[in-house]
Order: sequence, then C-alpha cells, then structure tokens
Amino acid sequence: MDKLPPWADAVLVPLISLLLAAALSALVILGIGENPVDAFTLMVEGALLRSAGWGYTLYYATNFIFTGLAVSVAFHARLFNIGGEGQAMIGGLGVALVCLYLPWPHWTLALVAASIAAAIFGAAWAFIPAYLQAKRGSHIVITTIMFNFIAAALLNYLLVNLMKPAGQQDPATAIFPAATHLPTFQDMFAAEANPLFRGAPGNVTFFLAIAACVFVWLLIWRTRLGYEIRALGHSESAARYAGISPVKTIVVAMLISGGLAGLMGVNTAMGEAERLVMNSTEGAGFIGIAVALMGRNHPVGVFLAAILFGFLYQGGAELALWTNIPRELIVVIQALVILFTGALDNMVRIPLARLFARGRRAR
Amino acid sequence: MTDPAIELKGISKAFGPVQANKDISIRVMPGTIHGIIGENGAGKSTLMSILYGFYAADAGEIWVKGQRTQIPDSQAAIRAGIGMVFQHFKLVQNFTVLENVILGAEDGGLLKPSLAKARGALKSLAEEYELSVDPDTQVQHLSVGHQQRVEILKALYREADILILDEPTGVLTPAEADHLFRILDNLRAEGKTIILITHKLREIMEITDTVSVMRRGEMTATVKTAETSPEELAELMVGRKVLLRVDKAPAQPKAPVLQIEDLRHVDGQGVERLRGISLEVRAGEILGLAGVAGNGQSELLNVLGGYADATGTVRVNGKDIPLSGAGCDGMARRGAGIAHVPEDRQREGLIMPYTAWENTVFGYHRDPAIQSGVLMNNAAIREEAGAKMQRFDVRPPNPDLAARNFSGGNQQKIVLAREIERNPDVLLIGQPTRGVDIGAIEFIHQQIVRLRDEGKAILLVSVELDEIFALSDRIAVMFDGRVMGTRDAADTDQRELGLLMAGITEDPGGDAFEAVDAALERKDRREAVHG
Amino acid sequence: MDFATVLQVLDSTVRLATPLLFACLAGLFSERAGVIDIGLEGKMLISAFFSAAVAAATGSVWLGLLAGIVSSVMLSLVHGLASITFRGNQLISGVAINFLAAGLTVLIAQDWFGQGGRTPSLIGQGRWGNITLPFANALSDVPVLGPLYAQLISGHSLLVYLGLLTVPLTWWILFRTRFGLRLRAVGEAPEAVDTAGISVTGLRFAAVAICGLLCGLAGSYLATGLQAGFVRDMTAGRGYIALAALIFAKWRPWYALMACLLFGLLQAVALRYQNIDLGGLTIPVQLMDALPYILTVVILAGFVGKAIPPRAGGEPYVKER
Repeated sequence: MDKLPPWADAVLVPLISLLLAAALSALVILGIGENPVDAFTLMVEGALLRSAGWGYTLYYATNFIFTGLAVSVAFHARLFNIGGEGQAMIGGLGVALVCLYLPWPHWTLALVAASIAAAIFGAAWAFIPAYLQAKRGSHIVITTIMFNFIAAALLNYLLVNLMKPAGQQDPATAIFPAATHLPTFQDMFAAEANPLFRGAPGNVTFFLAIAACVFVWLLIWRTRLGYEIRALGHSESAARYAGISPVKTIVVAMLISGGLAGLMGVNTAMGEAERLVMNSTEGAGFIGIAVALMGRNHPVGVFLAAILFGFLYQGGAELALWTNIPRELIVVIQALVILFTGALDNMVRIPLARLFARGRRAR
Repeated sequence: MTDPAIELKGISKAFGPVQANKDISIRVMPGTIHGIIGENGAGKSTLMSILYGFYAADAGEIWVKGQRTQIPDSQAAIRAGIGMVFQHFKLVQNFTVLENVILGAEDGGLLKPSLAKARGALKSLAEEYELSVDPDTQVQHLSVGHQQRVEILKALYREADILILDEPTGVLTPAEADHLFRILDNLRAEGKTIILITHKLREIMEITDTVSVMRRGEMTATVKTAETSPEELAELMVGRKVLLRVDKAPAQPKAPVLQIEDLRHVDGQGVERLRGISLEVRAGEILGLAGVAGNGQSELLNVLGGYADATGTVRVNGKDIPLSGAGCDGMARRGAGIAHVPEDRQREGLIMPYTAWENTVFGYHRDPAIQSGVLMNNAAIREEAGAKMQRFDVRPPNPDLAARNFSGGNQQKIVLAREIERNPDVLLIGQPTRGVDIGAIEFIHQQIVRLRDEGKAILLVSVELDEIFALSDRIAVMFDGRVMGTRDAADTDQRELGLLMAGITEDPGGDAFEAVDAALERKDRREAVHG
Repeated sequence: MDFATVLQVLDSTVRLATPLLFACLAGLFSERAGVIDIGLEGKMLISAFFSAAVAAATGSVWLGLLAGIVSSVMLSLVHGLASITFRGNQLISGVAINFLAAGLTVLIAQDWFGQGGRTPSLIGQGRWGNITLPFANALSDVPVLGPLYAQLISGHSLLVYLGLLTVPLTWWILFRTRFGLRLRAVGEAPEAVDTAGISVTGLRFAAVAICGLLCGLAGSYLATGLQAGFVRDMTAGRGYIALAALIFAKWRPWYALMACLLFGLLQAVALRYQNIDLGGLTIPVQLMDALPYILTVVILAGFVGKAIPPRAGGEPYVKER
C-alpha cells in the first residue's frame, strides 16, 4: 500500500478529519436553522477573545488533557479504556475525602495529597477491569463501560446517603475548607489595574496537567516500562517471547491510565466546585477518546487536541447561552471527530496516500 | 490439436514498486500435471491468485479451454472450472465438512437439500479418488492432511476440472504427501488438469508432466519433466549453481551444556504436546531437530525459551532452570545464558513497527548496562545498533528504519545479531532461513557454524530436511510430542529420517505407506479427543 | 409477596425485556458476521427519537416505527462504512455512533419541539395499543392459569409478540438457511467465504443492516410502546445491557431470550422496589440499578462458563497475499 510521509500522517490526516467534522457540524447547524459562521464567531469570541473565556477554555482543557492522556496510555498497550468517566468520578471521590476529612495548613500540601488520592482512587477503579482483561480475557471495553455505570451508582449512593450534609437538597458533599482552595488564574495573574480571568474556573491544576504530559512522554518513549507497554501493544506474541509479562503490563498500563483519569477530579472537585457533586465529570472521560485519537496518542497532540476541545466546550456553552443551539452540538462534533479520526481514518488516509504517490511519480 | 486447458499470455502484476509478475506466458494441456517451481517470493502464488480472481493483472490475457476469459473474482474462476487449494486452508473451523463443502455452492435458499446432495456427492468422490473424509466431523477436529482433502473436495464439488494446489505438501508428512500424489494421479487419470506450485524439486520430478520455473517474477523456462534434471531446475530457480552444503569442519563437542529430561507440556486445549522429551546438546555441536511441522518442535522451543510452562527437568551447565511460575520467562532465560532466535521473526522475534535500534535490545531492554537512571539510554543503544548492523551486513544499515521495512533476510540478521552477540551458552534457533533469500541463507548458516566452533551448544529446529542435513552434527526426529530417535548426521539418510518423522522406528521395508497411515491415525485420534 | 404481585413483576419483566431482546438479537446478527457493535445504544436512541417524533407529528405509530427503523439503519450503514468499507476500528466507530445519536436526538428535538430535548407525550394512535388475546377476559376467573394468561401472556403490544417471534426466526435463519450459513461463515472465516466466491462486504453489510432494523424496533418500542414519548438519553444503558446479554447468551438466539428475560427481571424488580428491606439489611436502590452491570462483569469474568465469540469478530477483512 502507498505510504504517507510521517508529517502528513501526524498533522495532515487529523487536520483533514477535523475539517470534515467541522463541515458536517456546520451542516447540522444549518439544518437547525442557525448560521454556522455566526455560531463560529460567537464561539471564538466567547472562548478565545476574552481572558475569562480562556479561563474556561483552559479549565475544560485541563480535564481533557488528563482523560486524553489516560486513553492514550491505554491505547499504547492496545487497550481501549472507555472507563475514564468512571475513573474520574472515583478520582473525585478521593479528592473529596482528602479535602473534607483531613486538616490542611496550606493548599500546596492539600494539592499534593489530593492528587495522590485522586490517582490512587482512579487507578483502583481501573484495576478490576484491567485484572479481568489480563487474567481472564474479559473484554476491557465492555467491563470499563460497565464500571462507568457502577461508579455512577456508587457515587450516587455515597453522596445521597452518606456524604450529603444534613438539610441539603442536592446530592453533593459539603464545601471544602478554605485552606484547600486552589489558586485560580484570576488569583495568580489578575491585578487591580488588570482584571484578568475574572470568575473563570481555570486554576493551577492546568500546570499539573502539563506536568502529566511530560510524565507520559517520558514514560512511553524513554522508560523500560513504556518500551514494554508499546511492545505489548504491537504484538502480544512477541512480548511473550521477550519475557514481557502481558498480565503485569496490562494491569500496570491500566493503573496508570486510571490514575491519570482520576487526576481530573482535582480540577473539577478541588479547583472548580470546591465540593464533590454528582455528574462533575460531564462526559470528559469520553471526550478523552476523541482527544487521544485526534492527538495521535502523543502528549503534544493530546495537549493541542485538549485545548481545541476546551475551546469547543466553552464556545458551546456560549452558544447555548446566546442562541437556540443546545450544548449537545458539542456532543455531535465530538462524535464526528471520533468517527473521522478514529473509525473513518482510512477514508482520509487512502486517497491522501494516493495523492502523495502520484505527486512522487510526477516528480 | 486440443486447446490448452489454461493459457496465460503476457501476465504482469506489480504491488507498488515490486514487480511480482513480469510478462508471464504459460500453456497447460488438459489431463496433465503442470508444476510451477521457484523460490519463496518468485511470484508463483501471485500468478495463481490472478488466475483465481484474487488479484486483477495489470496486463495480459487468460484463456481457459480455448476461450479468452475474464476472471475478475473467485466466482468467475469457479464458473470457468478452476478450483484452488490454498497453502493456508480457507475452511471454517467450527463447520462440519459438509457445511464447508456446500458453502458458496448451495442449491437454493434452504440448507437441507444442499446438505443431502453434497452428502451423496462426497460419497462418490471419496470412492473415485481415495478422498474419504467423515462428512459430519467439524473441520477443527481433522488432521491437516484431511483438511486438505476437504479443500480438494470443495473444488471437485464445484465441478472444477482445473485444480491449482499451492505448496500442498508443506504441512504433510512424507507419507501424507504420497497419498496426496496418489489422489492427484487419479485426478489426472480422470482427465483433470492440475497445476502444482512448489519449491520442492523432488515433488516436481515425482509427479509432474511439464514444469515451469519462475525466478524474481519472471518465467525462466518451461520444460518437459522427463527431459530435465533436478540440478538443471535448481540452477534455473536461483540463477546459479546452488550449494546446499555448508563448509564446516567436523564438530569438536565437549561437555553437555543443555540437558533436557522427561519434559512434558500440555497446551491450552488440554492436549499433551510434549510427551517426555529427553535430549542433550553439548558445547560445540549443532543438534538438529527434524520433523513435520506441528509435532511439538515449536512447543519445545517455546518451553525452552521460557514462554510456555512445562514439567520435567532442564539444566544449563548443570543448573536447574525453572519451568513454570516466577523466574520462568524469556528475560530470565536470557539471564541463564539461553538465547533464542524464534521460528516466526515477524510475530515473535521483532516488533515490526519498532525501529531497528529498538529491536536490537528487545528482550534485553532491562539490561542495566543500557540504562541511564530510570530512563533507557536510547542514544547509546542506537549507536551500538548501527555498529551491529554493519557487522551483520544488514542492508540498509540504517538503525532508524522500522523493522517491517527490511527484507526477510535482513530482519533475520537483526534478530541473529541481537541474540548471538551477547555471548550465550545455548542458542535455540527455529527455521533460521524461512522466507530468506539465498544470499542471506549462506551468511546465516555461516554464523551458526561459527557460533558452534566457538563452543556454543546449538539446538536447531527446521522443517527443511535439507537444512537439517547441511548444518547438524546430530539429528533428533520428533513425532507427536516425542523424540523418535537421535542419529549422527553422518550415519543416516532421508529415508530413515522420513520414517522417523512419520513415527516409525523400524523400517517396514518396501512401501511404508500402510504403517505410516496407521501411526498418523493414532495421532489424530489422540488430538481429536481433546479438540 | 402474593401471586398478583409476582404476576405484575413478571408482566413488567416481559415489557422491559423486549427492547433488550431486539437489541440483543441485533447484536447477534452483526457479531455473528464478524462486526462488533457497541453502537446498539445509539441506534436504539435515534430510533426512539424518530419514532416518537414522527408518531407525535403524524399521529401514526406505524409511520413512527418506519422512521425509527430508517434512522437506525442509516446509523448502521455509517458503522458498516467505517468498519467494513474503510476497515476502521469497530469499537471506536460504535462509540462515535453512540455520541452522534446522543447529540443529534437532543439537538433535533430542541429544534423541532422546543421542549428541552424531548418529544410531546404520545396519545391515542401515536402509541402501541395492548392486544388482548382471545378468551383472555373469559378465562381470567380460572384460578392461577386464568390470571397468568390474561395478565402475563395477553395484553402486550404487537412489538412484544414480534420480539418473541424474532427469536425462533433468528434461529431458523442462522441455522437452516443459506444466508445463515454464509453469515456464520463470514464471522468465523471470511477468507473461506471470499474464496468461495461470495462477497464478504455484501454479507457483512446485510448483517449490519439487519442489526439496524432490529435496533430500530428496539428503540421504537421504547418510545412508543414502553413509554409515551422520547426523553433525552432514554435508552439509559440498555444497549450495553443488550450487549452483555449477547455475551451471556454466547451468541445464540434462545440463550439470548433467557438472558434478556433475566436482565428484564432485574430491571422490573428495581423499578418496583426502591430500597429492599431484608430483615434489617437494606439493599439501596443504587445497588439494584448497578446490579445488571455488576452481573455482566461477573459473567464477563468467565465465572459462568467461557464465552467464545465468533473468531473473526472485530477484525476488518483484508485479502492475504
């Protein structure tokens, strides 16, 4: 088969897929009687042209970096972790427990402890599907889906029956103590004269997400474990031959994946709501799939794709606010991105490869 | 004069930059067996795939029985009376023989009448051509020989009068191959036309009427079998005189290094694949393990390589090696001095999308010498890989190229370089030259002999009896999970090994066919009980 | 628990099992042909919406059913395009389809009806009526058998009976017809089908289209039979439960019926009893909600017998050289 040059594979294919998704989305917007150009302008204005918009965009992007990395790490081991949603929910539970039930003198310490708890809780939620896949061959796609539902039921139970303060209506924990408040971008960058990021939830966790990108890059491409994870992902029979334990590698890769997804809880529970609410994940676990596919499972790609989806999310919220377009438009765009970059990849790749081959012959 | 059953005129086919078939013309007369011989990759299978409608030729014409015929798909080939028995059988494993036979050739929308009709047809075909198979057995419970019969039956049921067989004996014992040839003989007697694709000269000489030789996508000659010789064909195949003899001094074996006692292994289906293997390989010798594929050789390599559990004893330099549980994996084996060039380099020996340099440490990647702190020292690994590739004449010597971009021979050299440059005590090596071009074969054989002369113990597994003879100092033969006997290479011959490969230790004299068939049936039954 | 309660629970079991059954058999056709489909959920959802929307607009439940089936088959074809024609990842395609349906249904519902992503409630001919089988009323006084017949067997909508009939029909198609033979073959060994001169692509598309048809029936029943209208995300994981039932059933039609009835029973019990009090020990409703998923994991873990899926499942077919 004709081959694409690496740059085209890494940049051109996702870009064309994105354009296709965008074009179809524009058709959808037209279909419901709105103007796609106006809608796009509104999204850009709301998400990118004001610092507060960026504060939201980066807040969402932080979530998507964590879940996108989570899906990527699993993908490298050829595991499809659809359970980011549940793992993030349970990660949030870990954050809430640390923030509510331990006394913290300073937010830095609380952040470290909450991050560790979030990662451990998220990893723990990934453990059973991982173990069942590794040991008993239970299809991890199905088990992680099931664990999303189970996580939702568990969280519902805990919030309603155990963690909800007396007299409160909505299923959520009490507000976290003030000492655990994480600096927002507003706290960090705004001055009297220059009120930046006003009211936006973007916070210091964003930098934690960047650190996670670096961590994943080192892990996958520079460590023995990453070497083994990728080797297993390419060929299980070869991994066995080399003495790489598939069971161990699958479990470890999924624990890291679940831990990364769990870290998202720091951003949502500690950074934004300052308490744990039902549904705090808002589907970010699933957006991680789109982000990982779009970003070609590379931390740099994941970072960029996460920013893009942060923009879409914030822009979508603006649309819902000012037009008749509901936020579900973003779900449609997300679906189209997954479809084009993931499942219909060859539809873009094959004609493109032919084009390149023809170009080469012409020269 | 009668028209040829098949005539190809000027067939060409390219896959990207690779010209698989170049302007090929061929005439096959009805009622004959026509051989097509050539090395792996010479383009034989591609040519037949074109004839069977799997690929469209870029240029050329196909004539069937005097008619210009378009064969855009397999359906058209079947309509033209062409049947094909592929090297890898195209059978539905959990269907019965009957279901497999009618698939695609059903009469009407309901199965019942089709099954009844096929049952009758199978019965008469079985009598006519010695092609008996139980119609109600699931294919997965049949031996390979019987599965092949199902493939032939499929073609005959579709009333094919031109039958193409692609490397049909690769998975058969000599006796099963004999039976196949008897079937082909019967088919020829009935006026069927047969095209036999093979790379084995002996088969060509034994059964064909005419033979065409292919080399690098071209048809180099078509001759009457009666008017040629194996030597001439071999020369036509490779373009020069072949020396399947390896220059080597007599072995100087020393103390036993690898000792195997009563080794037993049960596979995932519960079939005992190794049934008490005892072997000994000494320093400075090559022990060749001969046998038809699927008689436990692969399992033995897997067990010794550390990725299949077993019971029994394995000692390296007198030290016991764990055969299951912790400490039984590929990396531990390498630590104990066992290097392993696996049978299937693409599925086991290499990670195909990994670069060459990444592959040069595969399985050794936890070696502390190539780490810097918690990270792998990729720069050092890459540099060392470049040097290794030079030493082993890997072409192109570019460590950044992905393994899948190298030819088979060069891939094998990468594996070989990795495994033998770390000075192991024992080298396990399976099918060292499968799918490797002639030039690389010589190089690889020289490396194996060199390693022997350095005093290593080498266990060689190959289904190519010629290779076993060329390299081994002693030869052990495996059949049905047991070692049937061990002979000095100098004191044995093809006939003796052939009988051992069929599970017969005493030469019955004359036609060994009956004894062989009985032995194979015993084996089938044992496997079917579990299957 | 008295007999009447048991009957009521069983009655609602049959109703709740029906969409699962359609979806499960849909998955059976697809996966038996070697195309894994985790997009059952999305296809049910889109069919539920279009069934309800068209039924609400036209007042005809039949037109609704038709619209539901058409929409579901369209999504099937997208799945076929991705996983058969372009040899993409079948799991990812399924995920995309689920989101596409989740987003599109609300988007269009909001545009058409402006009720926050739901359709108007269906009344009269917009819903499936219940069919009273012959003599149901006359026999209802007969002890035990009478109520059993009148309440459990009689009195369901047409689609419930259709669903039950689909089980033997599926069995018959798979194991007694040429199409079934080829369909099973293409899920086990597509190369055998290809060399026999049959189109792998054609067979798989046929299977995927049947899958769409059955998912359409499932979604339609959900919105116009079980309930009276569409609400956002109304499938609520039923597509995944159907998938689990398929695994539980080891890809066999009669077992699929059993598995769906079991999961239907779980849902019926959860629906009727909120917190179950077992003498001091209270089972919270959340556990009841999660139970189908937990059971599925237990089943998948292989503690209830090994499920061997069709051999070629999930793998796009590429001709070998």
